[in-house]
Amino acid sequence: MTAIETKKLSYKYGIGTPFEIKAVDDISLTVEKGSFLGIIGHTGSGKSTLIQHLNGLLKPTHGEILINERNIWTKEVNIRSIRFEVGLVFQYSEHQLFEETVFRDIAFGPKNIGLSEEEIKARVMRAAQAMGVHENWLSRSPFDLSGGQKRRVALAGVIAMEPQILVLDEPAAGLDPYGRDKVLTKIKEYHENSGITILLVSHSMEDIVKYADKVIVMNKGGLFLYEKTDKVFSHADEIVEIGLDVPQITRLARLLKARGIDIGDDIYTVERAKARILELLGKAKK
Amino acid sequence: MEIIKTENLYFDYEIYDDKGNVVEKNPALHGVNLTVQKGEFLAVLGHNGSGKSTLAKHFNGILLPSRGKVFVNNIDVSDDSRIYEIRQTVGMVFQNPDNQIVAAIVEEDVAFALENLGVPPDEIRERIDEAMKLVDIYKYHKHAPHRLSGGQKQRVAIAGVIAMRPMCIVLDEPTAMLDPKGRKEVMGTIKMLNEKGITIVLITHYMEEAAQARRVVVMDKGAIIMDGTPKEIFSEVEKLKAVGLDVPQVTELAYELRKAGVKLPANILNEDECAKELAVILKEGRDLLQ
Repeated sequence: MTAIETKKLSYKYGIGTPFEIKAVDDISLTVEKGSFLGIIGHTGSGKSTLIQHLNGLLKPTHGEILINERNIWTKEVNIRSIRFEVGLVFQYSEHQLFEETVFRDIAFGPKNIGLSEEEIKARVMRAAQAMGVHENWLSRSPFDLSGGQKRRVALAGVIAMEPQILVLDEPAAGLDPYGRDKVLTKIKEYHENSGITILLVSHSMEDIVKYADKVIVMNKGGLFLYEKTDKVFSHADEIVEIGLDVPQITRLARLLKARGIDIGDDIYTVERAKARILELLGKAKK
Repeated sequence: MEIIKTENLYFDYEIYDDKGNVVEKNPALHGVNLTVQKGEFLAVLGHNGSGKSTLAKHFNGILLPSRGKVFVNNIDVSDDSRIYEIRQTVGMVFQNPDNQIVAAIVEEDVAFALENLGVPPDEIRERIDEAMKLVDIYKYHKHAPHRLSGGQKQRVAIAGVIAMRPMCIVLDEPTAMLDPKGRKEVMGTIKMLNEKGITIVLITHYMEEAAQARRVVVMDKGAIIMDGTPKEIFSEVEKLKAVGLDVPQVTELAYELRKAGVKLPANILNEDECAKELAVILKEGRDLLQ
């Protein structure tokens, strides 16, 4: 089953003005249901513009966008219903918190779609638990929490809407290593438990490859690369060429290769590098 | 010569009730003793809430000690009458460039502090041109700051500080909101300023940035728990992980391989060193096999 499909999708900002610029250029791609997809690219590569098409915040200048195999810009589709199917979490999502208590903030969406009190409560509790929001925070002001905690409350608010597709724009930006791992691990767990489709946009290649099964690299509005995570770094040279970082451990693997030692093109975690090196040494010792 | 010195520094964030009485005290610093020498490049590492930003805010009198002393260039920061002198000695750059840019034109923003100090116009011109050229934003001097990239905006903020000709610049997570390109631009600028003799205190939680400093202190729960060169600090992988910090990937790899019995040095900081050391070991191994 296909969760998302774009057909020759293009988007221009400022049409008819001197500032006209093509932000997304002829992108055709399909995303399978249940996948965890990472999207990486420079500032200005078009990734934010692309994801704003996924729940109809932007309407393509050219091309089509299909969610759950329906073209969302046809008369038969109510665009509001698409926003319930696709949850979009913006950068610095904690800035969207506004309620007096954590509970009420998470409950805001479910309340607006007219769910019963019991259902609202059940959803808030489920979402809170999924994002590691402690029960005793629920009665507190969200503004008394730390940055990472606030971020998880904001995510819980979107998850409480129980979308089938969750799009996250830089969910870990600005957090310290502990806060970052906590947020991303919770998202990964939620993906495993719920089976929904998740798109993770990030500047950090290390974060993307740690969590995603497939990776999209965007460059200048176009689709530069769309590969399984294990295959991404066989294109390491091209990725570096367009000015993106590859993980330090991948750089190490490339340096070793240049010295005549091949530990593989699929090195992006310390664990794998360690295993391969020990394997080589183990062979040698025999 | 020391430029910043803290003596047994304590700081509590106080919460007041409606009548102005203290109802709650949240201690953020517990007896910090730190000396920064002139010309140093010091990185302060710590997770969120470790007290590193609170400490930084004492370095030019934004916060004043609850107990203990802070001296800037031998001036006590608690001496209210000398606060301008202190702020001209130590300049601050914060995390979010959008929060520190006030003017509608780049060069006006860089000139803002000098205008407030009543510096003569000719001298302002000279000092801001010099500052903008130094951080490589002169070509945008007539641009609107909001049309610049994050890295460029952060360099505008740094230029504004440099125009004050401070002896020391404290940067509080200046790259946290930037993309990798912006991060590189700002780190390059910071290193260049240090080479010109300006003391740098860099507050960060990026290990690869801290590895570029000449000295690193690690904070946890409001106290300094480690102090040394990057090599010394990053060889203590377990201690860093215990306080919620990362180590660079190659440092972790070297640590893991050492645990597994591979004879690698403990203080590997970058991929070049690591590749060199590993290549020797792996090639030896291969030669043995043949």
